[in-house]
Amino acid sequence: MKQIYKVLLLGSGALKIGEAGEFDYSGSQALKALREEGIYSVLINPNIATVQTSEGVADKIYYLPVTPEFVEKVIEKERPDGILLSFGGQTALNCGVALYKSGVLEKYGVQVLGTPVQAIIDTEDREIFAYKLAEIGVKTARSIAASSMEEAIAAVEEIGFPVIIRAAYTLGGLGSGFCSNREELERLAASAFSYSPQILVEESLKGWKEVEYEVVRDGYDNCITVCNMENFDPLGIHTGESIVVAPSQTLSNSEYHKLRAIAIQIVRHIGIVGECNVQYALDPDSEDYRVIEVNARLSRSSALASKATGYPLAFVAAKLGMGYGLHEIKNSVTKVTTACFEPALDYVVCKIPRWDLNKFEGVSKLIGSSMKSVGEIMAIGRSFEEAIQKGIRMIGQGMHGFVGNATKVKDIDEELQHPTDARLFAIAKAFDEGYSIDKIHELTKIDRWFLQRLENIHLLKEELSRFDHETDVPRELLLEAKQYGFSDFQIARFTMKDSPLSAHEKMLRVRAYRKSLGIFPCIKQIDTLAGEYPALTNYLYVTYNGTKNDVEYEHDNRSVIVLGSGAYRIGSSVEFDWCGVSALNTIRRMGYRSVMINYNPETVSTDYDTCDRLYFDELSFERVMDIVELETPRGVIVSTGGQIPNNLAMRLHGENVPILGTSPESIDRAEDRQKFSSMCDALGIDQPRWSELTSIEDIYRFVDEVGFPLLIRPSYVLSGAAMNVVSNKDELLHFLELAAEVSKDHPVVVSEFIEQAKEVEIDAVAQDGEIKAYAISEHVEFAGVHSGDATIVFPAQKLYVETIRRIKKIARSIARELNISGPFNMQFLAKDNDIKVIECNLRASRSFPFVSKVLKYNFIDMATRIMLGERVEPLAKSFFDLDYVGVKASQFSFARLLKADPVLGVDMASTGEVGCLGENYYEAILKSMLSVGQRIPRKNILISSGPMRSKVELLNSTRMLMEKGYAIYSTEGTAKFLKENGLDVNVLYWPDENREPNVMEYLRDGKIDLVINIPKNHTRRELDNGYKIRRAAVDYNIPLITNARLASAYIYAICRVAPADIAIKSWDEY
Amino acid sequence: MQQLKKARLLLEDGTIYEGTSFGYEKSVSGEVVFYTAMTGYPESLTDPSYAGQILVPTYPMIGNYGVPVDDERDGISKFFESDRIHCKALVISDYSSRYSHWNSQKSLGDWLKEQQVPGLFGIDTRALTQKLRDCGAMTGKILFDDEDIPFYDPNQDNLVAQVSTRKIMEYGNGRYKVILVDCGVKNNILRCLLKRDVTVKRVPWDYDFTREACDGIFLSNGPGDPAMCEATIAHVRKALQGNTPIMGICLGNQLMARAAGAETYKLKYGHRGHNQPVMQPGGTRCYITSQNHGFAIDERTLPADWEPLFVNVNDGTNEGIRHRSKPFFSAQFHPEAASGPVDTEFLFDDFIKAMQDSHE
Repeated sequence: MKQIYKVLLLGSGALKIGEAGEFDYSGSQALKALREEGIYSVLINPNIATVQTSEGVADKIYYLPVTPEFVEKVIEKERPDGILLSFGGQTALNCGVALYKSGVLEKYGVQVLGTPVQAIIDTEDREIFAYKLAEIGVKTARSIAASSMEEAIAAVEEIGFPVIIRAAYTLGGLGSGFCSNREELERLAASAFSYSPQILVEESLKGWKEVEYEVVRDGYDNCITVCNMENFDPLGIHTGESIVVAPSQTLSNSEYHKLRAIAIQIVRHIGIVGECNVQYALDPDSEDYRVIEVNARLSRSSALASKATGYPLAFVAAKLGMGYGLHEIKNSVTKVTTACFEPALDYVVCKIPRWDLNKFEGVSKLIGSSMKSVGEIMAIGRSFEEAIQKGIRMIGQGMHGFVGNATKVKDIDEELQHPTDARLFAIAKAFDEGYSIDKIHELTKIDRWFLQRLENIHLLKEELSRFDHETDVPRELLLEAKQYGFSDFQIARFTMKDSPLSAHEKMLRVRAYRKSLGIFPCIKQIDTLAGEYPALTNYLYVTYNGTKNDVEYEHDNRSVIVLGSGAYRIGSSVEFDWCGVSALNTIRRMGYRSVMINYNPETVSTDYDTCDRLYFDELSFERVMDIVELETPRGVIVSTGGQIPNNLAMRLHGENVPILGTSPESIDRAEDRQKFSSMCDALGIDQPRWSELTSIEDIYRFVDEVGFPLLIRPSYVLSGAAMNVVSNKDELLHFLELAAEVSKDHPVVVSEFIEQAKEVEIDAVAQDGEIKAYAISEHVEFAGVHSGDATIVFPAQKLYVETIRRIKKIARSIARELNISGPFNMQFLAKDNDIKVIECNLRASRSFPFVSKVLKYNFIDMATRIMLGERVEPLAKSFFDLDYVGVKASQFSFARLLKADPVLGVDMASTGEVGCLGENYYEAILKSMLSVGQRIPRKNILISSGPMRSKVELLNSTRMLMEKGYAIYSTEGTAKFLKENGLDVNVLYWPDENREPNVMEYLRDGKIDLVINIPKNHTRRELDNGYKIRRAAVDYNIPLITNARLASAYIYAICRVAPADIAIKSWDEY
Repeated sequence: MQQLKKARLLLEDGTIYEGTSFGYEKSVSGEVVFYTAMTGYPESLTDPSYAGQILVPTYPMIGNYGVPVDDERDGISKFFESDRIHCKALVISDYSSRYSHWNSQKSLGDWLKEQQVPGLFGIDTRALTQKLRDCGAMTGKILFDDEDIPFYDPNQDNLVAQVSTRKIMEYGNGRYKVILVDCGVKNNILRCLLKRDVTVKRVPWDYDFTREACDGIFLSNGPGDPAMCEATIAHVRKALQGNTPIMGICLGNQLMARAAGAETYKLKYGHRGHNQPVMQPGGTRCYITSQNHGFAIDERTLPADWEPLFVNVNDGTNEGIRHRSKPFFSAQFHPEAASGPVDTEFLFDDFIKAMQDSHE
């Protein structure tokens, strides 16, 4: 091995379903390992909101697409000695394999560190993989590779239905599924072939247990399994969609070690150096098994395993890649013992996926062999009951635990047999209906042990429900309930049925009674060795299954608690992790004890190295209070974790918890629509007309006054849940029903919707009501696209100076009025020079990392210093001085969301984002669009441009495309319009027309390189046709744009900026 | 919920832990030790090396997969490590009163009752483990009702004499004849030998095997202080004069050392678990091993013709020795596993090879 001085690490790009925040964690760990070795690190990752792309993590950062073309250019420029491919998910791995195959790595003498590329290829190609395993007598599921539909059908004839179809080389099971008949097979196979030239037809092992091992091997052939995990859901549900526990619970010693030994055998045979994940199917009635999959890279499971055990897999894997032996690395928890060991857990962790399927129109809610969840949580307890109940609350979809939810299950048997995201609650319902464990097992194939434990929770609920007052519950039972993970809220719900108190008051009663009985939780440490050696890190969780705290509290008023952001979900993801980590860094630097509470295993903020104390636990009022009472902190920061901590501010304040920064009363004045509106009125700040209404009559009256279109939403909103624009009475009625279901306690808010308005945002930091730093950015799309989905330009390029001046003025007066000390964000509508405020959050927003990094000034650091009482000087740097532009673009994961209509609206749908820098607006747009999966079209572009307004918008850009030599295809109306304007385009017929050339055929045959389809809100027929085109584009993996303003900007960019002209510049070179 | 009986665990330093009984209701005393393995309670409970000890698994949920059917193959139980539960009692955090496994026929609690072994759950086993780690293994007793019994320190007794076979037994019909000195042997040692073409003659701990012809001698694992096994040590000392291959495991390792003239000592809290890393001195290969021992060889006292074979990577203690020229070696850990990782089973192959070589 040659001496390595400079290493290139490939990131995973924007967060998407199947490839999320876990790779920020693994990449950050790898970069830390490189830094420790004094190796110069170069990172390519356009995901600007990540921690790994922050100052001080890598030595050089390129916000560029992780594609072979761009990576080659960076290699050419940087000339690294080595490259790490396994820390950026499938994106990095695929890119690395391509560079290897094309000879680029060899050409520039770049050595692949860690697992050799050939080994990766061996695991990725299922046929080679099965063959390799057969060489050592390891069983895989019977599987036949097919490269055509005919071959696929022949394969099924050999194996017999049911079978599973998988596409090779895809993320988290994309294009995979079960088929039990010919029709299903043909449909699935066609879709899978669009992602991959090769598909696999495999024997179905539905109902077998699914078990995973995380294996690490070094160059000396030392090989260990760091963690094993068992899926609560049997095989058939993708591991990313399953509830997973670690360690395994229902495996005997002989099963555990048989699978462990096989995993080690496989990893040695393949020749992994670093980390690898092995997934098994295990027969529930014998020790028979099949290997399902081997991932020769860090994965979602490895991030989970790291958090579950305290063993930093990515860090260790990076060290192994540099040639270390496992025995030469220290255990980072004990700092005394070796990393060549297998963690012993004295707790159980439970991972639960977070789905956001409600956000999508038309999507199927069934969960299965392909991944749909957008995030996950990990709950830690000393009993399964405790862990799973905590976990269900952490998911953050209004559930209080396994029991005590007001859920409705239409058909229990159907739900148990064909699970959706609500399966757990169907099990709870089944117990209520008296189903036996055997019956539920028959329907779900979930191991009886899990069901027994769930039934324990159900039985305890029944017992609690016999009491009418919380104070009647005997100590013993109350303690048992807490040990089973019941929250005070759940206990209140079962024992205070007739109480007139509010939910919060009832919970406080239970809390007080519990404390009077001396029932307190205790704090336990995760130490990798189950207490055998003392741990030097403070990786903690809270449990009632114990009597002694592992921490001795100082009570020195030097702890500062930062509340994290919880599960990644649509509307809240890695950007808040960056905010939290930034706050922790500043707290530490200022000499305070940094304390984090968060429970998302995919994050850097839950890396125990990031803070002085990590509580991997709930962000509920109850749990935060428990921790506050132990820590007696100097204060709690609620403004860097998004909406979850923000929503806790008032209640914590009510218990006299010191909230740092802007006062909770002010937060409430901004959050409460009514209060905020009267404040705006008093300050003379304009808002779109709105009203909070409780009856249909009132709404009609409002409609008569304001007219359509209208924006409808429930009063407390998180990223636009159930928010919608309606343009007529029918739509209005329809959405009112939906809104009522979201929140009965809260009335519906109806507001005027202004069309063709620009949306402008300000991200700012203030101290005592005075703005110290601010950033004004604008959306490419007109208002109506959720700010989380919009393409954002910073510094704003196309605003009137007058507009900017007014926005600053409004922000200043609001900062002053609310006496803001800390971060805040406001959103405005600007039409001509008319400015209206549409949103104000007294917390960090999604765009804080983006503007901070473009401006090269960390807003959160400043905000944290302010919150800790330091006097700060206003930021001297003005964004007018920047001679470059940043563009933030959104990543959508529609391909994974079967049947979902890929359109943008007022409700957020994107799962991630990137931010790229450019010399000018168009270069930045181009880079960022290429980073979220756009490909520069080769020849044919389909334009179906919707309403007249967007037809006009796209006219010029279409002309530019034609001048560039592109062939334009259009649906009839658009073609007619373009022809009238002198552009001769080719007509394709609508999907529902039985005429050729048909648009569907062109899409299916891969004749179209880019689809621009602007939805029209008129006839049902157009909607259906539009939907079919959009969905086909997604399903056949053709780049799609559905917004006219964005399409136009992108077309300008591809016409004006040649690929060769794209600057390969690192962050520090701007 | 059914009413279960409460009971206390009282440590010799006076600490009291209150728990709930799920096993046999009888006050007992023994040495309290923790073990960090996450699987394998049926194997551990029947491991004779745990004789006299109150076992504290650090993994909180125990009993999940019940207790396997007790089948036999070749005169050896298929799933247990001996014919009965050997530890004095089991102390855990959370008990699975219901279990789920295709191969199980009864719950852990029922088995404990049947074997008259007490079990307590609802104890903060992590706090208890930390106590044992900081203060060292200590005696303790489980008390029901107002009963009191004296503290019992098993290390003062010759436990080996209690668990060793009383009669000579023969197994298998293989090429190599091995005399297995049973100081409390685990069945899996027998299984590992038998599947390697070996005939095993299992003899009591104090049996004089030195005048019998055989291809190899095997010194088994077993409970307690090696210094108690004077008779065995004397026989081994004599065998070391010869050239017949000898392999030892755990207590067998300590007996080999004492016979060679080295000293053994009691570890503060021992090694009990499935994750102990060991290395060959000067090598680069590290093995994850299953361990269960409270005593260790004092490496500094090894005579010149002996050398360490393995050391523990975490604390540097000795994990095995070998003779520099003769075919004698032993391991402190358990290459036969059951329960635990099977990574070092190759040591049995080394033993077979030694017997093969000595024939040539």
